[in-house]
Amino acid sequence: MGGSVLLIEDEPNIIEAIRFILSRDGWRVDTHSDGLTALDAVRARRPDLVVLDVMLPNRSGYDILHDLREDPEFKELPVLMLTARGQKKDRELAEKLGASSFMTKPFSNGEVLATVRALVGK
Amino acid sequence: MARPVLTGSRIRQYRIDKGLRQAELARECGISPSYLNLIEHNRRKIGGALLNNVAGALGVNTATLSEGAGAALTEALDAVAGGFAEPGADIERSEDFAGRFPGWARLVTQQHARVSELERLVETLNDRLTHDPFLSASLHNVLSTVTAIRSTSGILATGDEIEAAWQARFHRNIYEDSQRLAEATEALVGYLDVGGDTDRVLSLPLDELEAWLSDQDWRIDALETDNDTAASDIVAQAGSVFSSSAARALATAFLERYRADARALPLGPFEEAVLAGERDPMRLSARFSTDLPRAMRRLSTLPARFFKGGFPPGLVICDGSGTLAFRKPVRGFAPPRFGAACAVWPLFQALHRPLTPVRTDVALVGQDDVRFQTWSIATSDYVAGFERPPVVESTMLLMPVLASVGEEDAPYQVGTSCRVCAIRDCPARREPSILNVSEPAPKFG
Repeated sequence: MGGSVLLIEDEPNIIEAIRFILSRDGWRVDTHSDGLTALDAVRARRPDLVVLDVMLPNRSGYDILHDLREDPEFKELPVLMLTARGQKKDRELAEKLGASSFMTKPFSNGEVLATVRALVGK
Repeated sequence: MARPVLTGSRIRQYRIDKGLRQAELARECGISPSYLNLIEHNRRKIGGALLNNVAGALGVNTATLSEGAGAALTEALDAVAGGFAEPGADIERSEDFAGRFPGWARLVTQQHARVSELERLVETLNDRLTHDPFLSASLHNVLSTVTAIRSTSGILATGDEIEAAWQARFHRNIYEDSQRLAEATEALVGYLDVGGDTDRVLSLPLDELEAWLSDQDWRIDALETDNDTAASDIVAQAGSVFSSSAARALATAFLERYRADARALPLGPFEEAVLAGERDPMRLSARFSTDLPRAMRRLSTLPARFFKGGFPPGLVICDGSGTLAFRKPVRGFAPPRFGAACAVWPLFQALHRPLTPVRTDVALVGQDDVRFQTWSIATSDYVAGFERPPVVESTMLLMPVLASVGEEDAPYQVGTSCRVCAIRDCPARREPSILNVSEPAPKFG
């Protein structure tokens, strides 16, 4: 363990819970809550993995993902998308835009941990 | 399906349908085959007992042979069958069916009409589930809160050692989230409850007024023909359309203003001016020596035939807070019924520059084929004197024009309401859209 995760999410209590379970699992967790500046946050933190909520204030998670994949430096960066709409087309759009994994709210802590571990290959 | 118009031709058709030879049918009816042949080719008239006999032999109604089973009914039946790829009915016998069982045939067509109506309703509701901003926001709220609770309680339930401070914090978070969840679900249930009861959907006075006006085609004939008809009488005549005293008061106030509008721009001369090609509200207001909003409101009461393309203009009015106070939709442009409108409407540009007319062409996002010419102006009325703030009102008139008409440059785009607007990077966006994620920009290929 010991990788770093950037959690981009705007619900304070979800942030707190995910931060806690990942930290306890040995991850270093940074958080960011604004869609507009999320890309800058990724560039500044250079995490091993990004957990990205779809519905963020000011900018959609899909737009952020699209821009990440345009940047050669973040082409391979594992990105776990979170959404409160589990519709097929949402999942398809996430896949098309290059999400590494996709999780529908409400998810369990176990799922989050297992997916994060699997994505970073540890 | 085309049917022979003449009785003889019909007899021939039904005979062939039945697989009878001329000689067989003639024998059954007690006439010679050659005579039947003349009848079938419409060279001899047929009626009375002989027609009854022929009908009996063919197993159809006499009326079916003599006058057809009502072209309208037959056509309606054919239309019903046409709605199915494989109707599985003897379509070619629709006229016979309509002739023999007119009651049942009408029932089939009525049923078809009802089914179509229900299909439209389902489509509307489906659309509402997908695009209703309130519903979408509530569900998102509920799911987010549930996620937070599930995650937090999951941490507490593992039985692992957790610092007391963290434990207290998580307990507090769960408590807060459960409160939020309770409120969100209550709001959701309340909303769905109202939504399920169609009578109560139109509970807001403004909704009731607009629904009523829509039924009148946005024109109050009583005030056009006799300008002295009492507003209260018109409201009383509408009966249960207005369910509350607030709705009746709103309607009365609307009618009083309508009366004043109609006085300033009387129907005859006004229609004449518009028919002569004058549709510019500014010039109309000058010609009738009245103010601009009045001319705009008056234009919005004219029926479709006065306008190119056959689409009457829409009208939106807001008060000083930007709250919509009147919404007459126009083809392709339906102002939001819930929540606030799009902040970049010319209506609001005018609101911030009172007494300055704003003339702009706009396109509605997602509808490239229709553009709207808009005229807007805001006025302030110091009804309560110098000491009190003015009553500000902004009015916008919209006329649809086909995109091919007018200048090539795309006018600037507007939406109806942020939550259902797909415009990206809108500087005036107030809240995130539920749509822009599902409509990838062209750059995605």
